[in-house]
Amino acid sequence: MPMRPLQLVGSFVLTFLESTGRLVLFAVAAIGHCVRPPFYWRSFGRQLIEIGYYSLPVVGLTAIFTGMVLALQSYTGFARFSAESAIATVVVVSITRELGPVLAGLMVAGRIGASMAAEIGTMRVTEQLDALTTLSTNPMKYLVAPRLVAGVLTLPLLVLIADIIGVFGGYLVAVYKLGFNPATYLQNTFEAVKVEDVTSGLVKASVFGFIITLMGCYNGYTSRGGAQGVGAATTNAVVSASILILCFDYILTELFFAR
Amino acid sequence: MTDKPPTKIRVRGLRKAFGAKRVLEGLDLDVGAGESLVVIGGSGTGKSVLIKCILGLLKADGGSIQVDGEEVIGIDTDQREEINRKFGMLFQGSALFDSLPVWENVAFGLLAGKGLHRKLAREKAIEKLAQVGLDSDVATLSPSELSGGMQKRVALARAIATEPDIILFDEPTTGLDPIMADVINNLIIKITRDMGATALTITHDMASARKIAHRIAMLYEGKIIWVGPVSEITRSGDERVDQFIHGRAEGPIRMAVRA
Ligand SMILES: Nc1ncnc2c1ncn2[C@@H]1O[C@H](COP(=O)(O)OP(=O)(O)OP(=O)(O)O)[C@@H](O)[C@H]1O
Ligand SMILES: [Mg+2]
Repeated sequence: MPMRPLQLVGSFVLTFLESTGRLVLFAVAAIGHCVRPPFYWRSFGRQLIEIGYYSLPVVGLTAIFTGMVLALQSYTGFARFSAESAIATVVVVSITRELGPVLAGLMVAGRIGASMAAEIGTMRVTEQLDALTTLSTNPMKYLVAPRLVAGVLTLPLLVLIADIIGVFGGYLVAVYKLGFNPATYLQNTFEAVKVEDVTSGLVKASVFGFIITLMGCYNGYTSRGGAQGVGAATTNAVVSASILILCFDYILTELFFAR
Repeated sequence: MTDKPPTKIRVRGLRKAFGAKRVLEGLDLDVGAGESLVVIGGSGTGKSVLIKCILGLLKADGGSIQVDGEEVIGIDTDQREEINRKFGMLFQGSALFDSLPVWENVAFGLLAGKGLHRKLAREKAIEKLAQVGLDSDVATLSPSELSGGMQKRVALARAIATEPDIILFDEPTTGLDPIMADVINNLIIKITRDMGATALTITHDMASARKIAHRIAMLYEGKIIWVGPVSEITRSGDERVDQFIHGRAEGPIRMAVRA
């Protein structure tokens, strides 16, 4: 049967387009609810703390080790060419442009994407979302909108902190392990970093915050059928958010720097 | 008098199927203003589905549902939100919000829907909890710290807290001890008599049905097969009704079990 493989490809493409379409519709509806009252400030505040404050340790640890490794790796690579001053540049540019937002995004996707999908998914299968509707509260407004806004606002803050901690990690290795002059290292760092590097990273962070919370909410909201369904929603939320983060990282880098 | 129809809820030819499984097949039902109607019927006959169609939680496949003379099938979410303000709903599985303490669950409709001050809402919630036989010390507990029967009573308090026009109870007395069940029966009677609310109750508990109903309707194979005043239920002349109210395994209704 010669049609078989084509049929398979066709049905795969159709399913893919269908689920993408559903996700886009969900995103559009959710954004609509972000800008129209009523606003649920209390649940927004709770999400700020949940996403921003409680992610600090994870993001901070990731950042400090990344900065340290970067310094060490580039030293073993560059020492031969006696380009020790390049290390400060490598650390600060890679952290602010790339590794800060991407690693923070991936860590937060694991933490927040999963917990949102599990929470909203459980609310779906235990009829709590239906209960919200009967209490004249739109679950999209009450649950999804505050999470999206909190994600978009807090991720850049987290990444800014990650940038600072990451550079500090590089500094620690450079000064205490490699024996560089602290003042020179800092001077090299400040000379190397451009405003554009930092802002592009923060814009990326904002987009990642949207992706993480959107995938968490969407997968939870559409989950079906008990504990197994919630489990699947959680996995999907993390996996799809991580892939989308890497994908949009490329697209945004292309937009910012490839001219 | 106005020429408004005296029926609160008017259902005509309601159809609902899940895939190939047809649950409701042309169901007709009228609930009068201030009336307490009880729907009885075997497990899995679609009683909960009927209530969810009325609330718009499930999309009906066909037919008509009017609330206060207004068609509610096919209305948009904003109109739905408006209509649902008339309703209070007790879910079969309670569907309490597990992220909120008990009192906020009960006061949810007052806080979100009516914008009541938190302090007043809390007082009102404690008052409603007392009506369902719960102390004020449960107010600050989380729903997961309560027994199943206590959760059901909290859900009941939540359903009546906003003093809605129409209250839908999905098995209000299941899982309660006989004494507490009777307290709840009295409460439902009081709500319909004192507040003039309309009640649509689903139950398997014939003692409860006899006590709270003005009229009883029996659902079987997707249709209402008998409806009449409580006093006539023993003289329905329908073998299926007789079998159900006497709880006999033998009769025209065959359960799908293999002995
Ligand atoms: N979301 C759903 N998806 C698929 N099938 C469903 C869904 N909800 C209900 N059903 C099916 O519809 C039928 C009626 O379900 P419903 O919950 O209304 O029963 P019920 O009369 O309330 O029973 P019980 O007295 O046990 O609560 C069942 O056979 C069930 O399998
Ligand atoms: Mg049911």
